[in-house]
Amino acid sequence: MNQPAANQELPAPQPGQTLLSVRNVSKKYGPNEILGDISVDVRAGEFLCIVGPSGAGKTTLLQCLSGLLAPTSGSVSLRGVEVSEPPAEMAIVFQDYSRSLMPWLSVLDNVALPLRSTKMAKAEIKKKSTAALEEVGLAGHLDKYPWQLSGGMQQRVAIARALAFEPAIVLMDEPFASVDAQTRSDLEDLTLKVKQHLGITIVLVTHDIDEAVYLSDRVLVLGGRPTEVVDLIETHLGEDRDQITTKSTPQFAELRARVYQEIRRQTVPAQS
Amino acid sequence: MKALKNILWELWLPIVLVGLWLVLSAGSKTFYFPPLARIMDKFVHVWFFDGILKDLTPSLGRILLGFILALVVGVAGGTLLGLLRRTEEALRPVLEFLRSTPGVALLPIATLFLGVGQEMKVFMIALACTWPILLNTIDGVRSVEPVLLQVARSYRMTMWERIRFIYIPNASPQIFAGGRLSLAIAAVVMVVTEMIGSPGGVGYFVLNAQRNFDILSMWTGIIMLGLLGYLLNLAFRLAENRILRWHHIKNA
Repeated sequence: MNQPAANQELPAPQPGQTLLSVRNVSKKYGPNEILGDISVDVRAGEFLCIVGPSGAGKTTLLQCLSGLLAPTSGSVSLRGVEVSEPPAEMAIVFQDYSRSLMPWLSVLDNVALPLRSTKMAKAEIKKKSTAALEEVGLAGHLDKYPWQLSGGMQQRVAIARALAFEPAIVLMDEPFASVDAQTRSDLEDLTLKVKQHLGITIVLVTHDIDEAVYLSDRVLVLGGRPTEVVDLIETHLGEDRDQITTKSTPQFAELRARVYQEIRRQTVPAQS
Repeated sequence: MKALKNILWELWLPIVLVGLWLVLSAGSKTFYFPPLARIMDKFVHVWFFDGILKDLTPSLGRILLGFILALVVGVAGGTLLGLLRRTEEALRPVLEFLRSTPGVALLPIATLFLGVGQEMKVFMIALACTWPILLNTIDGVRSVEPVLLQVARSYRMTMWERIRFIYIPNASPQIFAGGRLSLAIAAVVMVVTEMIGSPGGVGYFVLNAQRNFDILSMWTGIIMLGLLGYLLNLAFRLAENRILRWHHIKNA
């Protein structure tokens, strides 16, 4: 708990530099080896999606990245500083929005709450929280309670809470898994827009291959038992993406097929 | 309009009952059950405002002081025990035993150590009121959603912040449920301690009137106790509706 309380004490990370370094991380629960030997460097400013078959330990890996869970061996470091507890420059968006927001606080207070731990002035906190909620399109719902909003809007509140903290990196654990398809597309586009606008780094875990390819600059494919890195693919899909046009390019189809095959190879045992 | 309707709906039965009492007791010649009309006359005479100053105010003060003490001890202790699971498991049998012992059973020993004055009365009220609040707080603190604690950790909230912004708000519906129970207990213990303790208070007033065969005054005291309990509960409900607004709308 002796990390700097205020954010942004270090100079902003340069795009392309390694921001989060994962070195030979493994996780065992008793005799069960969940994560094998995972190494990956997350670059500053990139959108990295971690995709893999269900039960591959994607969430476990994300929890190791965030410092919520200690790896059995290996290490995670954020700009050279070892991560043992969630660092000040990191924010996490959890899968279950209905349980990750405080039902007794208004939307605005939910977003403001983490900022109250900092030394920030009240007016400043309110300004930042309001701005974050505007960023996710919830400016008109500040005084509502989260449970008065739809699922997609609740997840927006959780995203705003992460953004208000002005983190360098946001980890998202299957953030759109429990909303309907249309809301899901909207939230994907919102996340892309916010990432470009604020220049943050995002690591997102998903089991949805389309989502992973659509969002990512790079896709990290996991598989095997214990789980290891199967592939790390640059998507080269460019900055501007669109649910219809991007997804109908041959490039997208190719990437999608490649990830699909890699995951299927992991889940269907080879016939001998 | 709707509020007025609700109030009328709550009031019609009490009004009917009081009316019945008034009519049926009108010709009463029994010494012990005088006509309500006479009790009401006496009530105004006794309680406005000498009685209110002399006997009601000290009673009310005791209840509030004892209740607030119980609230502080119950919520603080309950939060601590809710967080320290192992300690609470070790203490649980003792707590259950103490809770099951009727509070007033300790009266003889309390009078030995604290006398028959204000300290003893407030202590007895506070003691009896603590248990429901304490045990409910423990449960409320325990039932915090684990994801919220991960959120707290990921935003590096301190323990104090977690208690203030997560554990206590999460426990607040249970704390209020315990508090309402405690308030009813407080009124009972207040009357009992006043009846055996030093002069002053509505409980003493009722007993004293009975001893002096002033049955009319005795009845006015009993009615005053009923009104006191009713108004305390009403005030508590208003506070609860305000503080637990989120909980009530959410579960409506």
